[in-house]
Amino acid sequence: MQKHTFTIALFLSCLGLVGLAQYNWLDQYILTVIMFMGINIILSSSLNIINGYMGEFACGHAGFMCVGAYVSSVLSVAIFAKDKVFGAPMLPPDLAWIGFPAIILAGALVAALTGLIVALPSFKTRGDYLAIITIAANYMVISAIENMDIIGGPRGFQGMKRVINSMYDVADIPWMLIWIIIGTLFSIFLIRRFVTSTYGKGIIAISQDEVAAEIMSINTNKMKISAFMLSAGLAGLAGGLFAHVYGYVNPQSFSIMKSTECMVMVYLGGMGSLSGSVLSAIIFTVLIEALRFIIPEVDSLMHSIGILPDSYEISQVWKWVIIPMILFFLMQFRPEGIFGNRELPDSFPKLRKFYSFK
Amino acid sequence: MPLLEIKNMTQRFGGLQAVSDFNISIEEGQLLALIGPNGAGKTTVFNLTSGFYQPTEGTIFFDGKPTAGLKPHQVTAMGIARTFQNIRLWHDMTVLDNIRISQHYRMGYNIFDAFLRTKRYREQERSIDNTAWEMLEAMSLKEYAYERPKNLPYGLQRRVEIARAMSIRPKLLLLDEPAAGLNSADVEGLIKLIRWIHTEFDITIWMIEHQMKVVMSLCEHIKVIDFGSTIADGTPEEIQANPVVIKAYLGDDTI
Repeated sequence: MQKHTFTIALFLSCLGLVGLAQYNWLDQYILTVIMFMGINIILSSSLNIINGYMGEFACGHAGFMCVGAYVSSVLSVAIFAKDKVFGAPMLPPDLAWIGFPAIILAGALVAALTGLIVALPSFKTRGDYLAIITIAANYMVISAIENMDIIGGPRGFQGMKRVINSMYDVADIPWMLIWIIIGTLFSIFLIRRFVTSTYGKGIIAISQDEVAAEIMSINTNKMKISAFMLSAGLAGLAGGLFAHVYGYVNPQSFSIMKSTECMVMVYLGGMGSLSGSVLSAIIFTVLIEALRFIIPEVDSLMHSIGILPDSYEISQVWKWVIIPMILFFLMQFRPEGIFGNRELPDSFPKLRKFYSFK
Repeated sequence: MPLLEIKNMTQRFGGLQAVSDFNISIEEGQLLALIGPNGAGKTTVFNLTSGFYQPTEGTIFFDGKPTAGLKPHQVTAMGIARTFQNIRLWHDMTVLDNIRISQHYRMGYNIFDAFLRTKRYREQERSIDNTAWEMLEAMSLKEYAYERPKNLPYGLQRRVEIARAMSIRPKLLLLDEPAAGLNSADVEGLIKLIRWIHTEFDITIWMIEHQMKVVMSLCEHIKVIDFGSTIADGTPEEIQANPVVIKAYLGDDTI
């Protein structure tokens, strides 16, 4: 029983969260923050497969997120909503809540296939050179979508809210929160099972010595394809959820800036640590939101004690000075991140008593 | 049928002829050495044999099958394992994991089995685990199972690397300078270890070695190369007395 404490606590807290949302005890704003937390957890832990476990430097994660977001948005609007371009819904919107997981997974699958853009060059290219390829892949995806006028091009694509609303017509429960909780748990589950299997540990061997890995019978090309496709697929899953939370997608929201956010989360949490990625995604989301309130406070404080002239105001853009600064100090004083390549129970061995999942 | 047969193997890197017209035929159960001065092309021969390079000319047959066009991991899966001159363990994972991960060649499950933890996955993982522990036990490394190789002394790291290679259950073990960097006590241990592996696991061992003590006490047959070409071939006694070999190592005294 004790062994399952962790799992039970996790499920109970998820259930509690859904309950709180159901009875409107949670502010809509806080709820949105929690949903973004889930999406960020998927993003950081999936990028950790490449940047942490496999030791490559992929900086185009948002590109795959973009593919997942667009594919699942277009599918859900085309199938379950009335739209100017796609016409009448193919299936009755009442069924949207059943079809939604399949749509999100379809987006993830296409994103995984897009992952091959990076996986195939990675056979021969490593390190900095592969990093450049990942940036190129990010731009390729964004520009390709900007040039597809049928799905809105640079104006973006919308209509997903109608699909979500038709779910609310079926049952009045916090649908998106539930989907995000399921998506997050599913992603963590897959990644954990992948990196703890002897099969998946092949990518850790590749990161530590690729020549030895190939000589010791690991099919490094196959492992690279697996890792990149899994990582890209989960980013696509996060993208699909992201698109449906916002109800609107725009290619520019998946720019290199978003990819950088993913990387900040990975390096903050620690390369090769799943619990680090989860924790850092939570910290990062909270931090970004907290700065939204802290910055105006600091601004008014500085004005009231007269340090700043009245003509100057500290804007929200300062957020992007403060967050990279965290990275700056992190690399100076704790380059391995919060957890390094350890997991939570490695740092607190007593926790081992409370969980047994593998 | 010889276990390994290399015929007329030549390797050129641009204008440099690293190995030229190399021939060898290794019978099952032999323990032999490849020696030669620095830069003679010994490691290149090993890299060619393990599939790391494709020879410019010539053929390699292992167990009667050609290895041309195979990737190193496929050659390893055929039964050729090797160690490296500078130890190439995965230094940041445990000794146990080092050995477990080397079982990829017989990975009987795929990524979806890993996700779903199917019966096939559980059986395979159990068998991989058993093999790893057996190997640690046999090589008396059990107490270091959860250590990271980077924290072990050099001599033990060598032992772990040999254990990792042996866990592939190879037919042919290639040892690239196993005694490099070891002190004389460790060298004694290594000689015993190699002799023990050779009889216990009944495998063929081919090694590159500089330390004559190791070569002379272990090997029944020695091949000497210099500048990529074979200059001598024979028993340790013959090699020691061979003027061409002495000249290659010590130079010519006629200036």
